[in-house]
Amino acid sequence: MLQPSKRRFVVIVAFAAAVAAVVFLDRRGSGGDRGVPAALRLTEVAQQSGIDFTHRAPTLDPKIANIAAHVGALGACVSVADVDNDGWPDLYFTTSQFGADNALYLNQHDGTFRDVAATAGVGSLNRAGEGVSMGAVWGDYDNDGFEDLLVYKWGYPQLLHNLGHGRFEDVTARAGLRRWMNSNGAVWLDFDRDGLLDLYITGYFRSDIDFWHLRSTRIMQHSWEFASNGGKNLLFRNLGNGHFEDVTDAMGVGSTRWTLAATAADFNDDGWPDLYLANDYGPEELFLNREGKRFELAHAGLEDDSKSGMAAAVGDVYNRGRLDVFVTNISERGFLFQGNNLRINFLKELGRFNEIATGAVADAGWAWGAQFGDLNNDGWLDLVVVNGFISADSGRDYWYAMSKVAGAQGRIFEDAKNWPAIGTASLSGYERSRVLLNRGREGLGGGFVDVAEEAGVTDRLDGRGVAMADLFNVGTLDVVIANEKGRALLYRNGAHAGHWVEFKLIGTRSNRSAIGAEVTVEFGGMPQRQVVDGGVGFCSQNDRRLHFGLGDETPGRVTIRWPSGTAQVLEGLAPDRLYEITESRK
Amino acid sequence: MKWSDPKYLIVLLITLVLVAGEARYDILGGYDRLATTLGICIGTEVVLSWWLRGRVANIASAYITGISLALLTKPQANILWPFALGAFLAIGSKYVLTYHGRHLWNPSNFAIALLVLVASDSVAILSHQWGNDLRINLIIWAFGLAVAWRARVLHVTLTYVACFVLLAVVRNAIVGGPLLAELAPITGPMYQLFVFFMVTDPRTTVGTRRGRMLVVAIVALVETIIRLGGDFQVTLLRPFYPSPPILALAIVGPIAMWWDLYRQGRKAVA
Repeated sequence: MLQPSKRRFVVIVAFAAAVAAVVFLDRRGSGGDRGVPAALRLTEVAQQSGIDFTHRAPTLDPKIANIAAHVGALGACVSVADVDNDGWPDLYFTTSQFGADNALYLNQHDGTFRDVAATAGVGSLNRAGEGVSMGAVWGDYDNDGFEDLLVYKWGYPQLLHNLGHGRFEDVTARAGLRRWMNSNGAVWLDFDRDGLLDLYITGYFRSDIDFWHLRSTRIMQHSWEFASNGGKNLLFRNLGNGHFEDVTDAMGVGSTRWTLAATAADFNDDGWPDLYLANDYGPEELFLNREGKRFELAHAGLEDDSKSGMAAAVGDVYNRGRLDVFVTNISERGFLFQGNNLRINFLKELGRFNEIATGAVADAGWAWGAQFGDLNNDGWLDLVVVNGFISADSGRDYWYAMSKVAGAQGRIFEDAKNWPAIGTASLSGYERSRVLLNRGREGLGGGFVDVAEEAGVTDRLDGRGVAMADLFNVGTLDVVIANEKGRALLYRNGAHAGHWVEFKLIGTRSNRSAIGAEVTVEFGGMPQRQVVDGGVGFCSQNDRRLHFGLGDETPGRVTIRWPSGTAQVLEGLAPDRLYEITESRK
Repeated sequence: MKWSDPKYLIVLLITLVLVAGEARYDILGGYDRLATTLGICIGTEVVLSWWLRGRVANIASAYITGISLALLTKPQANILWPFALGAFLAIGSKYVLTYHGRHLWNPSNFAIALLVLVASDSVAILSHQWGNDLRINLIIWAFGLAVAWRARVLHVTLTYVACFVLLAVVRNAIVGGPLLAELAPITGPMYQLFVFFMVTDPRTTVGTRRGRMLVVAIVALVETIIRLGGDFQVTLLRPFYPSPPILALAIVGPIAMWWDLYRQGRKAVA
């Protein structure tokens, strides 16, 4: 046996080693998973492409001037659709200040875009008494072959019917949608599979709040973790005659959990589109669709993990033929590690999602919008995450001041007047966007690696919405970012490695936009599933056309599952082509 | 230690906090965290007490430390090592960082302060707010005050609370803004653990009643300095902003203990 003094020495050494281990593991963790990309180059070309859009934040009631910069730091959105049916994706951006115009950039087929919002009648939507834009989603609600536009607002949402000759008509009141909401998200879906697009609009702040005529400053969340005093989400059923009917309560989807993002897809493979909600100040929610008759809140491993959900992106992360979910959250050194969630779908086997985010996937700062897409055509879906909340005076930080009330009782910070003034301080500002390259399944040496800087994504703007589309019809996905109080960015993808295949789907028995349609492409012995979205990420929407990178492979069996329930199988497709597939009418 | 020892009331209270918080708010974020911290705290206590002192120590203290660590530590991305290493360092500090045979830091205070300061890329403390629910907090405050009274440390808790309130008013006079913002922190969960389990730890507080009250008053004062550093964005103090009370105690506590033990030693010699 050792002498007592030697025993004590051994313990001291072990103690010192443990301290050293803490330092070492902390340094190793903070290094993140970063590396040099293979054949991926993203070049910012917004100005050259004619996109000179800058978002403006709303000016709110002076009663909440102390935290107006915090409350009003939302509204920069981008949504993609082929508005004029010319086969080229167009872009719609929202801004949030009275008098400032939203922009509709039509693709000119030569690498440039032209803003036609004013002549189209979709620009001047931010007016006193009507509210300000917070985002938009495209969907052909009347199946006339032209994509219509729903602009959700802090104010009255607006449904703008695409007349097909370059102009839009405001049909909000006629459609029964003129309901004041403080919304930051919406999604088109055909929940009852009747071939008509229905609409789910999320509520963030309560709908009785008019931000320009506040009756009370008691407008904030009453909990940072389990708040349920947000605006009520609303589900509108499309009646097919230009009218929508509020079926929220009957369908059981009227969550008041401060929803920031909603997306719809068939997560449990029962053929019916479900609703997945990313909620601020609370746990995520998955509402499973019970054959279009009602929705049920699922116990899918989401309810015990309360965070600040900002965006919900959907993708088949490991080519398993499943739809997984990535939800952004907040991480700030020393103060808060909520961590993003990468939820792998095991609903069929285990009845739940498994959360597996680590490293660069988990920590993307104060993360907002996110999208999956195969940027380097290697056959695996990559992730783009934009971030940064308030980039103001870089010498002043609001985190400490906010932490005073963040740990307190809800009734204190529910009242905006009890918050310390933010002044000119930043709050998780000047963060860099992340481009997370998917290297395949973890067990095979895969996982995600952050290649943003190496790929050329170096901006430090406050990203909100992000969308992906093959904007120039060359077989690679480009990235469009809407920044809060900043200019919009277009990152053109210069990658030319790897095969690809794209699908444009046109519904006949299903909604014409084919929103909710799933395409599964088998290649390299693995299936990859994608879904046509009616709004995904945070205040954004990707192009209708689905893009599959194939690496060195060629497409094998392709299975299309239409929202109507029809399955269609295609084989022998050549790679590096866009296929336009129209649903069989039988 | 007898079963009538007030320490078991503390054990009861922290267990109540754990069960209520987990049942209502899933505050642990995974039972693996609790198992890791509790297991390593208790294991380290048993092994080190037997190996260094020849007898196995009562594990009540390690149990309290383990639960405190599990409740207050919130790591990055589901990593477990902060719980494991934090638990070992907390209990290890009782055997390594000693003076005249007494440990100087409250174990969980030491471990959390160390993790927050040297592993800020991996560990935060603010993340769980336990629902910001007034009812749950009122229950814990009621039980906590009763237990503190029974354990004869109520004067420590009340002195700290009084000093915090007074100094919040002073801070408000200096920095302006809403007074409730300055008072708000003490209504939160971090302070529940702090005022009932850390500042009151009889093993790491000075010998006299008056001395204990003076020490927590100084803790509150140092906390105020850190908070003002946060308000005025003093870069040097930035690592301290996220958890002012924990770090104030980590600074003041051991100095006070050392001074108290030093004085006792001199008295004994005299």
